[in-house]
Amino acid sequence: MRSEELLAELYDKTLTGNGPAVLDLTRQGLDQGIGPETLLYDALIPSLEEVGARFERGDFFVPEMLIAGKAMAGALDVLRPLLAETGAATIGTIVMGTVKGDVHDIGKNLVNIMFEGAGFQVIDLGVQVSPEKFIDAIKTHKPDIVGFSAFLTTTMPMFKANINALAKSGLRDRVIVMVGGAPVTQEYADAVGADGYAADASAAVARARELLNQRKAMASA
Amino acid sequence: MVCCGALAADIRQIATRRGWPVVVRPLPALLHNRPEKIADYAERIVVTAHAAGRSVILAYADCGSYGGLDAVCARHGVRRLPGLHCYDVYAGSSQVAELFAADPGTYLLTDFLVRSFKRTVLAELGLDAHPELWPDYFGHYRRLVWLAQDPTPELAAAAERIAALFRLPLTRVDTGTRRLERELATLLAETEDGRRP
Repeated sequence: MRSEELLAELYDKTLTGNGPAVLDLTRQGLDQGIGPETLLYDALIPSLEEVGARFERGDFFVPEMLIAGKAMAGALDVLRPLLAETGAATIGTIVMGTVKGDVHDIGKNLVNIMFEGAGFQVIDLGVQVSPEKFIDAIKTHKPDIVGFSAFLTTTMPMFKANINALAKSGLRDRVIVMVGGAPVTQEYADAVGADGYAADASAAVARARELLNQRKAMASA
Repeated sequence: MVCCGALAADIRQIATRRGWPVVVRPLPALLHNRPEKIADYAERIVVTAHAAGRSVILAYADCGSYGGLDAVCARHGVRRLPGLHCYDVYAGSSQVAELFAADPGTYLLTDFLVRSFKRTVLAELGLDAHPELWPDYFGHYRRLVWLAQDPTPELAAAAERIAALFRLPLTRVDTGTRRLERELATLLAETEDGRRP
């Protein structure tokens, strides 16, 4: 199979969430000498972005997003060590977690996949993450960004509790705070004092890049 | 009464028994899987009903519209049921909050969900075609609580079957429909007051 055909096939199989085929094509592509970055940026990520767009249009629902995300995650398991070997720079590190009192993580997990695909190192703390656990993880991993996820209006106030805990620990200015989840809005993110918000996984990656660039520009100014 | 399909059977039964002069117009319960669309659907019916000279009550809680239904209410001068979800409508928001405070990994059922679980949950979430997604959806739940409106033996058996699928303990909390009836009666009285010159 020619490289272009393989990349097109990888795009299609990711779109339809065919995990075994995505894995096979990823390995096949590597065997043919296609670089891991090409497989990632020319097939896998555009495909997952299209999945997100179809979800927005109502053509796809959660199961289609999940199986596509899982298919891509399988490919990432193969590509991750190779990307590290090729010296593909990590864009940044993000600590992610669903806030205390909330067990919903489907959206967070999709965001994680997009972040990882985009070249971020993702440290996922799971669900029901207490402010103390976020702080410990920030001290340990020294991330560029911390992401708080909430699915319930009743757990969204934990964003503010987490940000207050960061301030109390003297960490607030050392990390970019991003928030997200189904009930979250830009207004709410602003009200709790978050640095960034995005409505979906693709937008979250773009916003994270913007925020990192802003921070770098400020540091070099 | 524009209502959620998940509440429609109880609302019809209450309206008939009380002899309320209302037309019950349910919206598809499956909208709960695309809650961002609920407000648009509801608004279309509100506009149509108002154009026909009818008063409208929204027999919905917020239902994942995250303020969308409140905006519809504000735009058209209509009222909705209090609470975030139908769980609040049946059990009261404080009892629901207590259930989640006791264990955030609580999965709630109502009679409607017990009756329609295969269609509204398993099929809609793609679990019939992709059972491997079960841990993604439900991996963090630790118990099921059935907020029961009319717990017949058949429904109890169905609830047990759902708990067996989850492999989690099931607790039944009998809520009945009294709270729903009271809230509907309040909305109806407020709406009638609003119509009086």
